[in-house]
Order: sequence, then structure tokens, then C-alpha cells
Amino acid sequence: MSIVSMLALIVSSSLVYAAPMIFTSIGGAFSEHSGIVNVGLEGIMTMGAFASIVFNLTFAHTFGNATPWLGALVGGIVGLLFSILHAVATVNWRADHIISGTVLNLMASPLAVFLIKAIYNKGQTENITANFGNFSFPVLAQIPILGPIFFENTSAPAWVAIVLAIFMWWLLYKTRFGLRLRASGENPQAADTMGVNVYAMRYAGVLISGFLGGVGGAVFAQAISGNFSVSTIVGQGFMALAAMIFGKWDPIGAMLSSIFFGFAQSLSIIGNQLPGFSHIPSVYLQIAPYVITILVLVLFLGKSVAPAADGQNYIKSK
Amino acid sequence: MRVSPKAKNILVPIIAVIAGFLVGAVIMLLWSYDPIEAYSSMFQSALGSMNGVGETIREATPLIFTAIGFQIASAAGFFNIGLPGQAQAGWLASVWFALANQNMPSYLLVPLEIIIGVVAGAVVAGIAGVLRAYFGTNEVIVTIMLNYVVLYSCQYLMQQTMSSKLRISTDSTKTVVNGSLQVGWLTKMFGYSRINTGIFMAIIALVIFWFLMKKTTTGFEIKSVGLNPFASRYAGMSAKKNIIVSMLLSGAFAGMGGVIQGLGTYQNYFTQTASVDIGFDGMSVALLGAGSALGIFLAALLFSILKIGGLGMQTLAGIPYEIVSIVIAAIIFFVGIKYVIELLFKNKTPQTIEATGTTGTGKEGEA
Repeated sequence: MSIVSMLALIVSSSLVYAAPMIFTSIGGAFSEHSGIVNVGLEGIMTMGAFASIVFNLTFAHTFGNATPWLGALVGGIVGLLFSILHAVATVNWRADHIISGTVLNLMASPLAVFLIKAIYNKGQTENITANFGNFSFPVLAQIPILGPIFFENTSAPAWVAIVLAIFMWWLLYKTRFGLRLRASGENPQAADTMGVNVYAMRYAGVLISGFLGGVGGAVFAQAISGNFSVSTIVGQGFMALAAMIFGKWDPIGAMLSSIFFGFAQSLSIIGNQLPGFSHIPSVYLQIAPYVITILVLVLFLGKSVAPAADGQNYIKSK
Repeated sequence: MRVSPKAKNILVPIIAVIAGFLVGAVIMLLWSYDPIEAYSSMFQSALGSMNGVGETIREATPLIFTAIGFQIASAAGFFNIGLPGQAQAGWLASVWFALANQNMPSYLLVPLEIIIGVVAGAVVAGIAGVLRAYFGTNEVIVTIMLNYVVLYSCQYLMQQTMSSKLRISTDSTKTVVNGSLQVGWLTKMFGYSRINTGIFMAIIALVIFWFLMKKTTTGFEIKSVGLNPFASRYAGMSAKKNIIVSMLLSGAFAGMGGVIQGLGTYQNYFTQTASVDIGFDGMSVALLGAGSALGIFLAALLFSILKIGGLGMQTLAGIPYEIVSIVIAAIIFFVGIKYVIELLFKNKTPQTIEATGTTGTGKEGEA
């Protein structure tokens, strides 16, 4: 295998595995910046994956190649609806954020599997026919060396996610909305005094995380798993949560650490195709992403740098 | 309604349970299943025969241990989401040790296999505790990551490191004969279910847990650090020590849950493809049980009725088993929004406490 095709394989499979985590971890960052801890990303992704697969199976012949993209949109909307539960519980009903988020995780996969059984009379769906597949950028793929590595037969959702990360960074740090959102997570009393509607900002944060988490789940289902069952989303949401913390609650940081996790995950899958990796016992490649995450957190991140009022309920005084 | 604050603590979980069942009923109605048939077949199969009762108790046993584990870490202010990994480590370690020492006299083997499993769970949790204490690393992330590390490592250890003489296939070990926690008279009494002596250990563990948290300095310090780490430091308590101690204890109980699952329920170890379910179920039990020993006991029994009964509901009434997990999640949701449930009640004057106390127990029987 030539160096270029080897790098191309590594980059494209890293991006495929990174894409769902990029979407979800950016969402998580928005929720936490607004002051609501969201450990329910896993459950939100499950609902997104479920909705997108049902949509895809039902409408693949109607929409053709656009189906997976519309499926991602549907997944996002269902994720958003599901996250309303978390928003109402934490913002209005003063629930502990961890408990409420855990409920999303506990609820999602039985609910989705129940609905799958009710719709299809079996616990696992058929494989979808219209999935994301590979994508080559028209002009960029012609660039020597760089083209084949980055832009040929690559993951289109991953590139959308990367552009989205930059946009969301701008939204969070350079706009009035972003400032208000962050103020609600840093010091809600002060924000409220200055006329910011803290409750609305927190709703916005959670619903953005619901939408992007749903998109993340949909991208995973339609690019990687290809169907929906109880074991479609097993841990990707938690990995996205870790990527968000690893990326220091910054959308671009979350995107970069998602790509890193995607790289680590893809190693255990493409490892046997790479020279030098084939004789390493697969268990080391399997646990590598998790061990590396722990090591990096210990060595480089140290004390958590979450928004100051993250996880605290804000009770507006009358 | 006006009730005392103490009665509120009892009413909240009862209302949460009723509301959870209602959510399940609504979902069943929406998809035109009959909820009354569902719930009656559920209780019928969980409690209608000695075998059902035995299986329900068997299901509750490991949950009591993992719930205690969750609660100890939670009292110290930590969210130990690593219970599945800790339980799995305890499961594999104890079964492995028992299989490798089948010739050891059982009075020696049983205590040793339990200790090995408990230590394995404690070590896994201890990693997160030490990292939190010395590096301030977020324990939620570390325990999540450790779940996966344990999941894949256990598979590797069983398939590659364990002597093939101890296995019947790549995916399952031999059955533990000497050192099993199932005993003849108990099995026979409960209609040949998989009930085992673990339930007696679980009751002892609940007493130990109650004594630890209410009567010992260690328990007091764990709770103090959880409530106010800064004040605790002023009072001369070591935050580092308490973080590590609480995580070790938490992991030890979770590991014991795994031991019960391994040597009591299955009597072997087999390949796990996802996180061990007693971990997250134990977390739900602890949340519903509101942290008290009695609460954990009752919540574990209720969840086991749901889980064992749910299997019967699926076969008898043809309703997907998932409805059980939806009911459990809904119950936890209502426990989580107890602020709203408490709005239904106002605090009242002491003399009428007796009356509401009896209504409380009456409803409990119903639930």
C-alpha cells in the first residue's frame, strides 16, 4: 500500500467515525455553556438514529440521493423534541441535571426499540438502501497528494460538521446571542439583572444540543450502522461528551477532539490493513481511545474548566 | 393536601411509581395494547409462583449491591457511572478464581472468591478516585472510559489469557460447581429458580451500609465532603482521602454485585457485548430508593418485579418487554422532578402526621 493511499484510508475512516461525534459534541458544548449539563446525549443520539432509519426506509424511493440528508434533518428534529423533556425538567422543574440526563439515556433505547417492534414487528430494522456513502469534492480532489488524502472518497457529513463547528464557534463567541447564552451559564443572576432571559437561553442551549445530537445519531445510523437495533448507539454519545470536555467546551476544540477520537476508533477497525499494526493484539487498539482519553485528561487538562454555573438550577426570585 | 416533611419523603417515590406505571399504560394504549392485561400478567409471573418469587429475589440481589455502591459515591458528591465496569471486573475475577481452584475446600474458596471479586471492583473504581483526588480529573468521564476498557479487557482476558481448560468455548467459561452460591434447599424451596445465598449477603450489606453512613466517622466524613467540601476541609477532613475511600467502597460493592451475578445467577462468565445491565439498573434503584437502606431494598424488589414480570408479560400478553424499561425510566424521571410533586403538598402541623402516615403505607401496598 502506498503512503498516499494509506493516509487516505486513515483520514477518510477517521472522518467517517468523527462526524457523528462532531455534531453531538458541539451540541453538548452549547447546552453546557447555557448552564445545563447534558449527559443525555447518548439517548438523544439513539432517538435521532431511530427516526432517521425509519424515515430512510420509508422514503428512500421518493427522495433518492437526498434521503440521508433529509433523514439527518428528521433525526435532528426528533432529537430536539426528545430533549424538550430534559429542558423542562431542568429549567422549570428544578431536576438534578445528571438524573434528568440519565433518564433520557434510560428512556431512549427501550422507547425506540418498542416503536420499532410496534412498526416492523421485529427488534431490528432492515438495512437502508440510501446511505451517505463516499463523496469526492469536484475540484479539490484533483490537487496532487492532498486531494486524494482529504477530498476524494471522503465523508461529506464530516466536512459539513467541520464547517458547522467553525460557524458555531462564531455564534458562541462573536454574537450577542452567544454572549447571552454564555452569561446564563457563567453567572445567571448577573445575566438576569442585565435583562437576559436566562430560562430562554437555557432552553436554546438544550434544544440546540437536542437537534445536533439527533443529527449526530442520524449520521451514525446512515453512514456507519446502516440499520437500527438496540445496539446501534452504544457509547457514541458518551464519547461525544468526552470529546466536548476534551475540547474544553469549545466548538472547534470539540470538533478537533472528535476527529482525534474518530482516528483512535478507526484504528481498531482498519488496523489490520495497515503495516505494523497487524500483529498488535486487537484489544490494545480497542481500548486505546479510552485509555488515551483518560491519559490526556490527566496530563493536559487537569481541573475541569466548565462554565461556572454549569449544572446549577437557576431559580428566578419573585 | 397538607403533610409533614417526613411523609413527603415517602409520598414522592410512591407517586413517582404510580405516575411511571401510568406513563407505561398510556404508551401501551397508544399502540393499542391492553395495559391492565399487561400489568396483571406482569405481577402474576413475578409473584404468582414460588419460582417467580425466587427469580424476583435473585434479580434484586445484585441490584442491592450496585445501588449501595452508587449511593456511597453519590453521598460523597461523585457520580459513579462506572458501576457496570466495576461489576464486570468482579464477575470475571471471582469466576476465574473459583474455576482455577475447584479443589479448594468450599469454606476457604467462597470467602476468597468473594474477596477477589470485591477487590477487582474496588481497584477499577479506585483508579477514578485517585485521578480525581490528585489530578482533579472529572470522574464521570474517567468511569465512562473505564467501562469500555473493562469491557474489552475482560473479553481479551477470557479468550486469550485464561487457560482454555477453564472454558467450554471462546465465549463462555465452564460452570462453577464448587464455590457456587446456589444451595440445594433454597433452590428447591423456590421452585428451582436461580435464587442464591447472595440475598442474605445483600441484607447484611444493607445493614453494614446503614451502619457505615449513620454511625461511623468514615460515613460522616463522606457525607460532609459531599455536602460541603470547603467546610469539611476547615474541619480538618482530608478531601483526597475521602474521595479515594468513597470510590473504593463504591467499587467494592459494585464488584460484589458482579460476584453475585457470576457465582449466584449464571455460575459462569460469558462474553459481554455491552455494559453489564446491573450497573445502570443499580443506579436507578439508588435514585428511587432516595439513598436509604430500606429504600434501596424496596426499590430493588420493585424493579425486579418489573424486570422478571416483564418477561412473563411478553410471553403471556405479547407486549414488548421494552415497556418495562420505559416504566423504569419514567419512574426515575418523576423522582427527578420531585420539586413538582412536592408542590402538590403543603407542610402541615405535627398532630395529623399519624393519619397521613397510614395513608402512605396503604398506597405503598397498592403500588
